[in-house]
Amino acid sequence: MKFTEEHEWLRPEDDEADVVTVGITEHAAEQLGDLVFVELPEEGTTVAKEDEVVVIESVKAASDIMAPVDGEIIEVNAALVENPALVNEDPLGAGWFFKMKVADIGDLDQLMDEAAYKKFI
Amino acid sequence: MADQDLMTTPLHALHAELGGRMVPFAGYEMPVQYAPGVMKEHVHCRSHAGLFDVSHMGQVILRPGSGDAADAARALESLVPQNVLGLAEGRQRYGLFTNEAGGILDDLMIANRGDHLFLVVNAACKADDIAHMRARLPGDVTVEEITDRALLALQGPDAEAVLESLAPGAAEMSFMDVRTLASDCGDLWVSRSGYTGEDGFEISVAADRAEAFARALLDHDAVAPIGLGARDSLRLEAGLCLYGNDIDASTTPIEANLLWAIQKSRRPGGERAGGYPGADVIGAQIDAGVQRLRVGLLPEGRAPMRAGTPIFAGEADTDPIGAVTSGAFGPSIERPMAMGYVSIDHSDVGTKLWGEVRGKRLPVTVQSMPFRPATYKR
Repeated sequence: MKFTEEHEWLRPEDDEADVVTVGITEHAAEQLGDLVFVELPEEGTTVAKEDEVVVIESVKAASDIMAPVDGEIIEVNAALVENPALVNEDPLGAGWFFKMKVADIGDLDQLMDEAAYKKFI
Repeated sequence: MADQDLMTTPLHALHAELGGRMVPFAGYEMPVQYAPGVMKEHVHCRSHAGLFDVSHMGQVILRPGSGDAADAARALESLVPQNVLGLAEGRQRYGLFTNEAGGILDDLMIANRGDHLFLVVNAACKADDIAHMRARLPGDVTVEEITDRALLALQGPDAEAVLESLAPGAAEMSFMDVRTLASDCGDLWVSRSGYTGEDGFEISVAADRAEAFARALLDHDAVAPIGLGARDSLRLEAGLCLYGNDIDASTTPIEANLLWAIQKSRRPGGERAGGYPGADVIGAQIDAGVQRLRVGLLPEGRAPMRAGTPIFAGEADTDPIGAVTSGAFGPSIERPMAMGYVSIDHSDVGTKLWGEVRGKRLPVTVQSMPFRPATYKR
C-alpha cells in the first residue's frame, strides 16, 4: 500500500499491476469529521496528478480529493453518494473512492510506504 | 490570536479529560467535538441528553438601586425593543440590543429574578454589550458582569429527569421559567431554555463547583458532552439565529424575521412604542415591510449550501437575490439545510430558487423554520 502527503492511500489490485484502489486514511477521516456529501468523477475520465477528482464535504467543510498520479478513473464507489458515512466507518475498506488505471506504474515508487506515512503524520 | 492568549472556562480540564478537540472560539479555547463526532453528538442530544459548556457566554446582572426589577426593566427598555416591564418575576424572554440604524448589536436572554434582571449575552459581544449598557443605562442601575459562575446547558428529552435528580424543582418549571434551585453544588440559577430546539435547561453554577456539577450530570448514562460543532447543527435545525452569521449590525430584527420577538406594546401604536435605538427604522419596517427577509432554505440534493452561497431566482440569472448565512447538514432531518436572506419577492415558503455551489446551480426551496419541530415544555 502507498500513501500521499494528502492522506490518500493507494492499494494495488492483486490481479492487475497497473490498477489501484484509492481512498483516504483513517487519520484523514478522523480529521475531516463525519462526511455528509461525496461527489464522484465519471468513470472513464482521464486525470492528471493533483487534479481535483472527488469533492467531499464533512459536517465542518468542503474539501477535494486529488488524483494521486496520472491515469484513468475506471470505477467509482457509488455507494458513497447515498452513504458518505462509509468513509468514516471503514476508510480503508468500504469507504474507498475510486479505482484508477495508472499511466506509469513507476509513479507509485515516488509515494510513501506505510512506515514513511506513519512518520509523516 | 495566539493560543496562549485564549481564555478558558472552569470546565477546561474536564474537556481535556473527556477527549474534547479544542479550538479557538470567541477568544476562548472550547471543545468543537468529542470522540463520537458531530453527528453522533447531535443525535445523542435529541434522543437522550447533551451537556454543553457555554461558560464563555456573558452573564450580567442589572441591579436597580431600588431593589425593584421593574426599575431595571424600564431602563433596559431604552436599549431593546422587547417588553421587559411586562416580564413577570421568574420568567425569561429573548431580546435584542439594537443600534441607531435598527441593526442588531447582539441577541440575548433577559430574565426577571425579582430584585434584579439577569442577562445572558454572546461571548463575542459581551465586552461591547457591557460597555453599551454602562454608557446608556441610568446611574441607579448597576451593570455587574458575573465572572465567578460557569454556565452549562443540559438539553434533550432526558434533561428534565437528570436535573430533577440533582436539583429538585426543575421538573416543575415550564419553558422560559427561571428559578434558583438548591443542589449539592450550591445554588443553581436555572432557566428552562436552550439553543437546540429541545426541552432543556441552562444552568449557572459557581465556577469552583462547576466541574463537580458537570461530573454529577455526566454520571447519568443518558448524558454525553456535546461540542460546538453539534451545538451549531442543533440550533440550525431549530431555526435559531447565530449572531455574527445570521444577524448582525447590518440586519434589522424585521429583516431577520424576528418580529415575534418584539411584543405589541413596543410596536408602533403600542403603549410603550419605540424608545429604543433605531425605533424609527424598525417601526417603519413593521408598518411598511422590508426588502429582504431571513428564510429557511432546503437544498434538494445532498450537497450542503454553506454560508456565503449566492442564491438566484433563476437557474441562468446573473444577479443573486440573496445569500446563505448558515448552512450545514442536519443529522436529525438527514439532509442539508440552510438559512439566509432573500429579496422579499422570493421569500414565500415553497418558492423554488437556485444556490450556486462550486460553480453549479443547485435547486433549493424556501422552507418554514424550524426544520425540526421544537419539543419545549410549554
